Amino acid sequence: MNIPQPYLDLAIKIVYLVGVLLFLTVFALLAVWFERKVSAHVQDRLGPMETGKWHGWSQTIADTIKLLIKEDIIPIAADKKLFRLAPYVVFIGSLAGFAVLPFAANLIGSDLNIGVYYVIAVTSLVVIGILMAGWASNNKWALYGAMRSAAQMVSYEIPVALSLLIPVIMAGTMSMEQIVHNQAGGFWNWYVFRTFPFSLVGFVIYFWASLAETNRTPFDIPEAESELVAGYHVEYSGMRFAIFFLAEYGNMFVVSAIASTVFLGGWQAPFPFLEFIPGPFWFIGKAMTLVLIQMWIRWTLPRLRVDQLMHVCWKIFLPFSFANLLLVGLWVVLVG
Amino acid sequence: MMETKELNIPLGMTPERWEKFNLVSRASGERMTLQMGPQHPATHGVLRLELETDGEVVTKVTPYIGYLHRCFEKMAESVTYPQIIPYADRMDYLSSMNMELGYVLAVEKLMGIEVNERVQTLRVLVCELNRIGSHCVALGTYGLDLGAWTPLLYLFQAREHILDLLEELSGARMLFNYIRIGGLANDLPNGWTDKVREFCDFMAPKIPELNDLLSYNKIFIERTANVGVMSPEVAIAYGVTGPNLRASGVDWDMRRDAPYSGYENYEFEPQLGRGEFGQVGDCWDRYIVRVREMDESLKIIRQALDRLPDGDVKEKIPRSFGKMPVGEVYISTEAPRGELGIYLVSDGTNKPYRVKARSGAYCAVSALPAFSVGVLIADLVAIVASIDIVLGEVDR
Repeated sequence: MNIPQPYLDLAIKIVYLVGVLLFLTVFALLAVWFERKVSAHVQDRLGPMETGKWHGWSQTIADTIKLLIKEDIIPIAADKKLFRLAPYVVFIGSLAGFAVLPFAANLIGSDLNIGVYYVIAVTSLVVIGILMAGWASNNKWALYGAMRSAAQMVSYEIPVALSLLIPVIMAGTMSMEQIVHNQAGGFWNWYVFRTFPFSLVGFVIYFWASLAETNRTPFDIPEAESELVAGYHVEYSGMRFAIFFLAEYGNMFVVSAIASTVFLGGWQAPFPFLEFIPGPFWFIGKAMTLVLIQMWIRWTLPRLRVDQLMHVCWKIFLPFSFANLLLVGLWVVLVG
Repeated sequence: MMETKELNIPLGMTPERWEKFNLVSRASGERMTLQMGPQHPATHGVLRLELETDGEVVTKVTPYIGYLHRCFEKMAESVTYPQIIPYADRMDYLSSMNMELGYVLAVEKLMGIEVNERVQTLRVLVCELNRIGSHCVALGTYGLDLGAWTPLLYLFQAREHILDLLEELSGARMLFNYIRIGGLANDLPNGWTDKVREFCDFMAPKIPELNDLLSYNKIFIERTANVGVMSPEVAIAYGVTGPNLRASGVDWDMRRDAPYSGYENYEFEPQLGRGEFGQVGDCWDRYIVRVREMDESLKIIRQALDRLPDGDVKEKIPRSFGKMPVGEVYISTEAPRGELGIYLVSDGTNKPYRVKARSGAYCAVSALPAFSVGVLIADLVAIVASIDIVLGEVDR
């Protein structure tokens, strides 16, 4: 084989990218179905039962096909270029997060030495896409959704970043792979349980702030169905809407996967004797558990108002995560 | 100068609050007009609100109605008295029994018919059942508008139970056409009262469950307490009635204060807003008053079941309505969405000369601009949900 190394690397990366795209699509299809079932059972219903016979498992596939073959509608007054571009920006924002998710030891798109930093940066891209969508739609409701989203972003980003710094301090590195390696050997070594209770508080803050990041109840303010009709994607239909949807579910997975990577030991088994089970099982399992909790919360709680979200983020999450960060730093310096 | 300034203060706003609000909203000066509805998910049908907004602050609300106007009053002039009952059903389609009762009582008053006690008791029974069903929808959609989906489904289960009962009774699930002039369409099916008792036992624990899930939820309280405070003065000035009026602390319930259909024989307490988490008359009060009213309705249903006397459900009334007494009557009843007043003018023919319906929801909508200025859009959604309007009744 005389293929030059750079081409080989590129080929591997492309294969990985296709793999991640496939994973994301399958995950989104499954998660939408799963969410319907979860919401149905929370609400004492059955949910989809017909399509595909077994508990309506193929309902989302049918819905996606319907969305894909729908007429492509762009409002006359819309800014057409931005309108077309926005869903892809949102989607890329959530897809780029997958690059540094360690599915297992050495199964990672790119083990950046600034992995955590990178994640915080690229997931913020989603908001740019939302702003573009809201502005380009030329619809007042969409504009409100976009503005709320921008206001929301500056509120949750800081607690998220500060909470993610806790494991970084404890691990002494920003590489996702390295952070997971440091948590080997059973669940008591996971960062969420070390420096108890500070990192646990950090984990909880991250989880709640990540609900704001994924625009889910109680922080689904930018798309608040009963207030803003659908918020920033009110004018979108068909395939573009499907891409927004895909990105939303992709984002849910990304934030949950990050939480499980930096706090819950990533692909490490909870007990040493369970290590024969491959890493992706634990990684996806942990992330899915968090996704399940996200869904559970969504179907239980009402929605906060936009100023209440600010209050929660700036006056509660922010001081707590600051104090947390200082205390963890102190702990690391004193205890080691 | 001072005078004009004070005149501009919207009713229901204190001067201090108005000044504070002006400081915030006049700073930027630019307003945006926003059409909320008629196809907006939070306007409960086809209400259109024209909002003037400054950022997310609503500086002016103008409700526009008429999208569901179905000419009830005009149509009533061209059909005979019994034929109007199905039209009355369609006013507030969520509490058709109460609508029927109001109209039928007016006709009976005009004709001077006294119905027997069984009919009266059964009317109270079905009306209270329907009131619970109607409040279930009101509270469920309230939660829905604030982003809580699940209470809606739980409440619809309870309502489903009621609809099944009423279907067994009248053959219809929403528009019953059950209460007739001088009686009822038919007597009870076998075993129906036992099923109602079963329902009471089923419903009683549902209310604490709802309280756990939604009423005392911290987020829900934050969203609704101190929001959209309707002072008693505003409520009375705009003729707001029913649960909305009682939530503002005004002790007024037609069932107790001007009893009809034998309501004076039942023990129940009109529930008033107490301002537990904020001010009296805020959105939370309007919510909890309805929750507590469901309890009271259950009480009335149980009493009605206990006393249900024997009798004929069809009184002897003239076969045709050809010879009606000439004159006019007005009767008002307590429907789930406020006072339903029916004004009837008869010219002696078999068709009424004029029918006028006074609806509680209409007054509640008209009061909207008075107490929802200076709130956020999200609050406005809560306020519209809290006054619980059915556009069928508003537009008639």
